[in-house]
Amino acid sequence: MALAATLRVFPPGALGSRRAIQMLERNVVIYRKGWYFIVSGFFEPLFYLLSLGIGLNHLVGHLHVGSASLTYAAFVAPGMLATSAMNGSMLDATFNTFFRLRVDHTYDSVLATPLSVEDIALGELSWCLTRGSLYSVSFLVCMWALGDTLSPWAVLCLPVAILTSLAFASGGMALCTYLRSWQDFDLVGLALMPMFLFSGTFFPISQFPSWLQLVVRATPLYQGVALARSCNLGQFSWADVGHVGYLLAMSLAGMLMTSRRFRGLLAP
Amino acid sequence: MALRAPLRTTPREPEPLTARGAAQPTVGWSPARRVLSYHAAFWARTWRGQVISSFLFPILYLASMGLGVGKLVNSHAHGVSGVSYLDFVAPALLAMNAMQISSNETMWPVLASFKWVRTYWTAVATPIRPRDIVAGKLTWVAIHVAMVGVIFTAVLFAFGALHSGFAVLLPLAGVLTGLAYAAPIAAFTATQENEKSFPVFYRFGIIPMFLFSGSFYPISQLPGWLRTVVQFVPLYHGVALCRTLALGQGSLAATLYHLAILVALAVVGTWLCTVTFRRRLEA
Repeated sequence: MALAATLRVFPPGALGSRRAIQMLERNVVIYRKGWYFIVSGFFEPLFYLLSLGIGLNHLVGHLHVGSASLTYAAFVAPGMLATSAMNGSMLDATFNTFFRLRVDHTYDSVLATPLSVEDIALGELSWCLTRGSLYSVSFLVCMWALGDTLSPWAVLCLPVAILTSLAFASGGMALCTYLRSWQDFDLVGLALMPMFLFSGTFFPISQFPSWLQLVVRATPLYQGVALARSCNLGQFSWADVGHVGYLLAMSLAGMLMTSRRFRGLLAP
Repeated sequence: MALRAPLRTTPREPEPLTARGAAQPTVGWSPARRVLSYHAAFWARTWRGQVISSFLFPILYLASMGLGVGKLVNSHAHGVSGVSYLDFVAPALLAMNAMQISSNETMWPVLASFKWVRTYWTAVATPIRPRDIVAGKLTWVAIHVAMVGVIFTAVLFAFGALHSGFAVLLPLAGVLTGLAYAAPIAAFTATQENEKSFPVFYRFGIIPMFLFSGSFYPISQLPGWLRTVVQFVPLYHGVALCRTLALGQGSLAATLYHLAILVALAVVGTWLCTVTFRRRLEA
């Protein structure tokens, strides 16, 4: 009974097979010619960190988070790390997936091969994740070089960024299957921009009235930002377990939903 | 390349008026006005899609940076340059928005009109000349930036960020900043065969300009060499001009200097546009 229910919710193969690696390989081959698109994506969060770090450090002075006192650049850096993980994977998960799904019909061709719908979903997800992780690693190195890492625990920012990428990639792909046209991407921007600006990235959310704090705490980017900041400071609390749980749940739900939606849209 | 201009059969100069054409005057700047009316008609059908990026995003930035970060700055440094941080950032956002709108209008859409939709080829098959296309397009960008500027100025007023009567000139300063970008970028776009350079320009041009042009803090915070580089960035002059108008501070000489740079860029850019547009459309 329990097994039957489990199998219904998580059917075997819903998360794809090993053939998904072929889908990943396809993207690697495609981007060999457009590598500079990938490289250039890394600079945006770095520019933000440099600009705000240089310019606002003196104007803002030291911030107090928990028992720590930190510079503004060190405050902003984990936020930018989580944001770049979000942007890196969302870009692929929405724009590129939409193009392949609705415009180029790449997936229809892929389905003519032994790959299944789930393989496509998993393969695309791994690609988003690879791209997001590349950004995260390089950003973390820059953060360290600029002296914005505050404790050895900052190493954990990397898995946090990867988890954030995963959550946004799978959520984004699921969302993408509901988009009808390019115009709908404005709505995606409408969701991402406020998260970028208000999730505790540029200033602590304690500035908000308490009801707004609750709203921010419910958004996915906040989980990544808060976790990355805890890791950077080396100060953890039970709330961090909640953040990890949130991101894991979002990843899993996104993956299952993407598989299901892809099956409905693509399977003959 | 082979398919560049297969169908254009009209001569370069407008044909003498035919009996039918005589009903519609084509002298003076009328052809350019036709191009302008095309852009206006296009906008009237598609403006909804732009509202989010041209109105909502700057206002969100204003709330996040002006109010959120502003609280941190005000409590530590007691404002910037003698004013609150919100007042400092607000006019800069108007200039940045003008840059954003103008560059968005003159990259992909202009290339599309040359290459994908080929609107410009259709236009030059009529008495419209390349220079009319340039005039119509840039006038349209100016109107677009002005419309957004007027509303944005009203928003800034509502935020209490304006401290001088000169602030009514803010939309005009926005238009000037916009043209200082639109004209040179359109001239550049006319020389491009594909869109590959646009994302690069956006990420290594627009975004750094957005971040380092004294918008979020005075450029005195930057290291010396960067301060020198910033002097060459049009947005820096646009931001400085808008800030002067909004706050009523700043010397006349400095204001004229910023103004002169922006006007020069717009004029030289427009001239370059007529050259590159003609070269492409009359090749």
